Amino acid sequence: MNKIQLDLLEQIAGIHEIPQGAFNFRIDGEAAGRNTTENIDIVTKEGGQGIDIFIKPGTKNESLHMPVILSKTGMVDLVYNDFHIGEDCDVTIVAGCGIHNGGDEKSQHDGIHRFFVGKNARIKYIEKHYGQGDGKGENVMNPTTEIYIEKGGYMEMETAQIKGINSTDRKTFAKLDEDATLIVKEKLMTHGNQYAETNFDVELNGENSSAHVVSRSVAKDNSKQLFLSNIKGNNRCSGHTECDAIIMDSAVVKAVPEITAAHVEASLIHEAAIGKIAGEQIIKLMTLGLSEKEAEEQIISGFLK
Amino acid sequence: MLELQNVSYVVKDENNVDKAILKDISVKINDRFVAVTGPNGGGKSTLAKIIAGIYAPTSGKILLDGVDITELSITERAKMGISFAFQQPVRFKGITVKDLICLAAGKNLKISEACEYLSEVGLCARDYINREVNASLSGGELKRIEIAMIIARGTKFSVFDEPEAGIDLWSFNNLIQVFENMHKKIKGTILIISHQERILDIADKILVVADGRVADFGVKKDILPGLLSSKQIACKTLIDKL
Repeated sequence: MNKIQLDLLEQIAGIHEIPQGAFNFRIDGEAAGRNTTENIDIVTKEGGQGIDIFIKPGTKNESLHMPVILSKTGMVDLVYNDFHIGEDCDVTIVAGCGIHNGGDEKSQHDGIHRFFVGKNARIKYIEKHYGQGDGKGENVMNPTTEIYIEKGGYMEMETAQIKGINSTDRKTFAKLDEDATLIVKEKLMTHGNQYAETNFDVELNGENSSAHVVSRSVAKDNSKQLFLSNIKGNNRCSGHTECDAIIMDSAVVKAVPEITAAHVEASLIHEAAIGKIAGEQIIKLMTLGLSEKEAEEQIISGFLK
Repeated sequence: MLELQNVSYVVKDENNVDKAILKDISVKINDRFVAVTGPNGGGKSTLAKIIAGIYAPTSGKILLDGVDITELSITERAKMGISFAFQQPVRFKGITVKDLICLAAGKNLKISEACEYLSEVGLCARDYINREVNASLSGGELKRIEIAMIIARGTKFSVFDEPEAGIDLWSFNNLIQVFENMHKKIKGTILIISHQERILDIADKILVVADGRVADFGVKKDILPGLLSSKQIACKTLIDKL
């Protein structure tokens, strides 16, 4: 790997070297390294456009890293990855995509990830998106995530897109069975003329299923964001969706949280708040010796932490 | 030493008519512990904000150790050694107690160091250090964290705006101890806005601000007896009812 690729790897996966456990690296549209373990198997799909990941039932405390890196301008990459997580597993999956676009052509990574979470399995899924480059070419990412959680399963999804992605259209669909839980924490920052659209569609089908979808975002400069979220309660269940945005400069943020109850025991809540940084927060940090700009940065980085 | 020279602060009221909040205040503060008291709406909090640089005086000068700081920003004054504990502490989403204590101290602190400051205000660091300074903390907890930040800054001129407001009686006794300890240790000046007799009682000097003016300023033994015996400055109807 060259320096650009290593730098991207650190940004999206927080790793400096080959990670422990299972991993699958994809660089510039090609497989670039793979390690399977006794419990985690990775199999290339026919045609090479993606992989199947099989995690054996009962696998505990194992991790899987699967970063994707695009470092050439004009790359358009599309992958289909399926995660089959066996019953009673407890695993962490770290994915992410970094684009370095030093040229003038568009670079694009579209990923379709499907999670099949088995009974009573627990999975933590972390996904970071990051772009850089000094050319005029756009960095585009359109991730789609489909989640199916069986009885008693639990999935926590942390997604972050902090910098450098010109356009993103993120879609997340989920269907939950009895006693299943889904927690989503999304962090998003847009600047320049970027556009980000994020869309959650969660069906709470099983009795006592629950979902908690929280998005925190910061929109700077002339960027635009659209947050859509719909939680459907089709059984005795609880659902909560929340969008909290800081708006700055000439940005535009639109939030459309939606809840649909189709069962009398469904308990659903939605919240949305958009506003500028509170003046008193800046003043408080200035009284600690920070400049106005430093105070602003501190507030944003805390908000997106 | 902090000196206010003929400081006035005038704002427009809802009818666009000038309203003087502070009227020609001149005072020199060179003591270790000064309590500011007086009726509500008399201008005490405005005075504190003028000192911290949050409000700019309409006229007059502010000097810190002889240096004119009237035109300096909040940040510049903070760097020169002025600290200000808000009456209503600010909440932050995502920023932790440790983050704020570190920002106040101006450096990254070890957990044990941050713990020192929190225990000074009666909070156990283990329970609080990683908590977000958000709506999950009570008003009393926020007030103590606010005070811990000022201790962590350790500057030469610290202003507290009603630190006891919103603190329950049990905690209040501890709070008095906090200020007694600070009184012993402090190398500079503490200026504390308060209505509490027990706070006034540990002050070296008391400044009485009423109707935007300095109504009285002197050593505790001269001021306190008068304050305790007199009815507040009020209209006849109110005095008759008291």
